[in-house]
Amino acid sequence: MDTLYDLTVHAALSRLNAGEISSLDLTQALLARIQAVENNVCAYLRVLEEDALKQARYADQRRAEGDLSPLLGIPIALKDTFSTKGVETTCGSQILRGYIPPFDATVVRRLKDAGAVILGKTNQDEFAMGSSTENSGFFPTHNPWDLTRVPGGSSGGSAAAVAAGEALAALGTDTGGSVRQPASLCGLVGVRPTYGRCSRYGLIAFASSLDQPGPLARTVADAALLLQVIAGHDPRDGTSWPDAVPDYLAALRADVRGLRIGVPKEYFVTGVQPDVEKAVRDALNVLQNMGAELVEVTLPHSEYALPVYYLIAPAEASANLARFDGMRYGLRKEGATIEEMYARTRGAGFGPEVIRRIMLGTYALSAGYYDAYYLKAQQVRTLIKSDFDRAFEQVDVIIGPTSPVTAFRLGERTANPLEMYLADIFTLSQALAGIPALSLPCGCDAQGLPIGLQIAAPALHEVRMFQVAYAYEQATTWHTRRPPL
Amino acid sequence: MEYDAVIGLEVHAQIHTHTKMFCACHVMKDTGDIPPNTYVCPVCLALPGALPVVNRRAVEIGMLTGMALHCTINTTNVFARKSYFYPDLPKGYQISQYDLPLASDGYLDIEVDGETRRIRIRRAHLEEDTAKLYHLDDGRVQVDFNRAGAPLLEIVTEPDLHTAEEVRAYATLLRTILVYLGVNTGDMEKGMMRFEANVSVRPRGSTLFGTRVEIKNLNSFRSLTRGVEYEIQRQSALLDSGGVVEQETMGWNESAGYTYPQRSKEHAHDYRYFPEPDIPPLQLDPAWIAAVRAELPELPTERRSRLTTQYGIRAYDAELLAADRALADYFEVAVKMGQELALAPQDVANWMTGELFRLLNEANRPITGCRVTPEHLIALLFLVQKGTISASAAKKVLSEVFVTGEAPNTVVKRLGLAQMSDTDALHALVAQVLDQNPIQLAQYLEGKESVWGWFVGQVMRASQGKANPTQTREILQKSLEQRRSSQS
Ligand SMILES: [Zn+2]
Repeated sequence: MDTLYDLTVHAALSRLNAGEISSLDLTQALLARIQAVENNVCAYLRVLEEDALKQARYADQRRAEGDLSPLLGIPIALKDTFSTKGVETTCGSQILRGYIPPFDATVVRRLKDAGAVILGKTNQDEFAMGSSTENSGFFPTHNPWDLTRVPGGSSGGSAAAVAAGEALAALGTDTGGSVRQPASLCGLVGVRPTYGRCSRYGLIAFASSLDQPGPLARTVADAALLLQVIAGHDPRDGTSWPDAVPDYLAALRADVRGLRIGVPKEYFVTGVQPDVEKAVRDALNVLQNMGAELVEVTLPHSEYALPVYYLIAPAEASANLARFDGMRYGLRKEGATIEEMYARTRGAGFGPEVIRRIMLGTYALSAGYYDAYYLKAQQVRTLIKSDFDRAFEQVDVIIGPTSPVTAFRLGERTANPLEMYLADIFTLSQALAGIPALSLPCGCDAQGLPIGLQIAAPALHEVRMFQVAYAYEQATTWHTRRPPL
Repeated sequence: MEYDAVIGLEVHAQIHTHTKMFCACHVMKDTGDIPPNTYVCPVCLALPGALPVVNRRAVEIGMLTGMALHCTINTTNVFARKSYFYPDLPKGYQISQYDLPLASDGYLDIEVDGETRRIRIRRAHLEEDTAKLYHLDDGRVQVDFNRAGAPLLEIVTEPDLHTAEEVRAYATLLRTILVYLGVNTGDMEKGMMRFEANVSVRPRGSTLFGTRVEIKNLNSFRSLTRGVEYEIQRQSALLDSGGVVEQETMGWNESAGYTYPQRSKEHAHDYRYFPEPDIPPLQLDPAWIAAVRAELPELPTERRSRLTTQYGIRAYDAELLAADRALADYFEVAVKMGQELALAPQDVANWMTGELFRLLNEANRPITGCRVTPEHLIALLFLVQKGTISASAAKKVLSEVFVTGEAPNTVVKRLGLAQMSDTDALHALVAQVLDQNPIQLAQYLEGKESVWGWFVGQVMRASQGKANPTQTREILQKSLEQRRSSQS
């Protein structure tokens, strides 16, 4: 029973359905694992031990009554970006310390309706701004593969929790790579769905035109199952797609014959760690050997993704974060005047990276600068999107590395913000284009640190992306590796 | 020196949809009765993660208003964030419209001193209301979010207004139209319409624009005209004394009657407008616009002229009736019912603008829900026309019906107000009066014609007011002639 925490969601479900284990067994095993490793990993901001046990007992009762909900009794972790009813939600920021929302995010509601057991809220970069989880307003999270290294970010807590066996799967959010990059650095499958495929209602906004919830799991099938549960139209989110959600699991076939895979030359450039490039090239060969056709494509505006992203995302964030003013919830530092109260509250509550981005965004939107910065960035964003449109006229999916490097050391990049921003260099353009992309394990470097393969598909074509990933996963064993924790 | 004023007006009008602009909370149609922070939810309290969703009915009402103001309805609508920090603004930005408003390039024709002037309307756009602040005596401030997120329509004119009278005429006409369209109740005391005026002056005859001063918190027609008038005088006097008008934002102190500086140009806000990423651009397809256009009622100006031409009623009455859609509807329903009974539309108008208005004013009630239905009014007028009751009795009946809602016939019977039109009975009554007053009879027969009126009065009194006056006059005339001939 002691390795129950290592199961995939699908394996756990078949054992639950066969009556071999109960959700209570499973949940207790995970809580024990958390007890054992959490001090070293620091994945969670809050573990909901009692509540999880209660949900597990309830799931067992429902299963006994014939309930077949798709995630019934499966212990799952949630990034603290998601609003959870009655459970403190901070988005990794001191400014929200003590804030207890009166409502669940739509995707949380859907997980609960599907029977998931919520284990806790995971650590993250404050307001999802970061690529290492070192910008958490509370403490950094450690990579289970090497505790001296970062798990990636901003959904680093969710990734570390799943990698360390502290949850069977987790939800993160991806604004510019915040699910895919930590999945890559922690050896997991991480999915960024099409923008609008999942509801953002209750997801604490960083950059509204980019934010998307997405699953982190150990296998493609697990990730597809989670996405199946959380995807779909939500009348509370005006940007969510009304289109029906296809059956992702039914579409999983280990067959890529005749499939055209786009390989963008812009993703194989200097600055990519040689181990990473080799692993990705090997993976492409595997797919080619399985019958897929490799086609070189070009995404000429890729080099502008970083500056465009760092204008649009901070601009939106500067407005999104204005509500944290000490008036209605969270931290308040009193002042002699209302302006002083705002300044003291926000000065004390926000960390340096959040303040940096609010200032960047405020500047980009200011009178006299709007046209040169924000508007220009939006125009280039359109060009980045048309790069993909053109490429997808020739190919079915586009494949490249997720992150240019494997997990870096804690503190290694904190001194220079730009160096930290470069960690997301390959995950920004898909987000700007609003298309789906996932990362899955495709190898490891000399130190045994995981490497991620990124597969992107046209908007609303998650099925295609899952098929390729599933085929590759079936042909390799990288997904079976576990960290030496 | 003589100066001309150049004035532009911004009007914020509440929109009375069922729910708020971006959430499902109720819109308060009235202030006061509801405890603070009752109509609130995660969206209008700006809780982390909450998202706005556009209220389609508010968009329709915005379109309707744009159409009534002769605007172009823009098919692509973009909402924008207007950022500033204030405790009444929970998100730290207001969702408004900036580059692409709902409606633009319209006009309203106003009449001042018998002359018609066209006031161009630059734009009309949708936005959300702020919360309400309560300043306590101890310096603390409390916030009530009931109003936060309620839909507002901002209507902006070009600087086409030149006097306080024109400003008043424009504002009044706009109010009438908004009430006509059911945008809101037009109740100024409840903040249904709030005004901001941009005022500048220039030497008479000049075509250059002077420095603009914005006046805020003008929340009644009285404040609006007084504030504008005051500001014109202030700027003129300032220029006369060699001063310079500063570009600034002024407040209006209604009780003391003066404007005071709130914010100067150096402290002007940079609102950092940008397109609201939570709301995709709203495309108004032609079918939707056409469906809304079909909802557009006849507007007050057009209706006024139709009432005079179609029914031949006096222009003044037509204006009174057309000022309120429900009144005009009432009038037309009543006139139609009265047609078969050969009742004149002018009589209907007279009774409405006279007695009925008096009763409504006294009770401070609108025509909607009035217990005197058009059927009742027509029945009453018919009773008068056929002589069943006198005009004065009819007034009594109307005030009864106004309270009880009974049919006029029932009231007439209950109060015994039917006129005596029985010729024999009237003959007997007249004979009795003449017999009982030989002195006056002799005076009359001797040629003192003034006694005539006294006899009429006596007969009316003897009948307790029920004698039909016309018949009474006829019979009295005949009886007196008979006495005269029998005497000679
Ligand atoms: Zn609300």
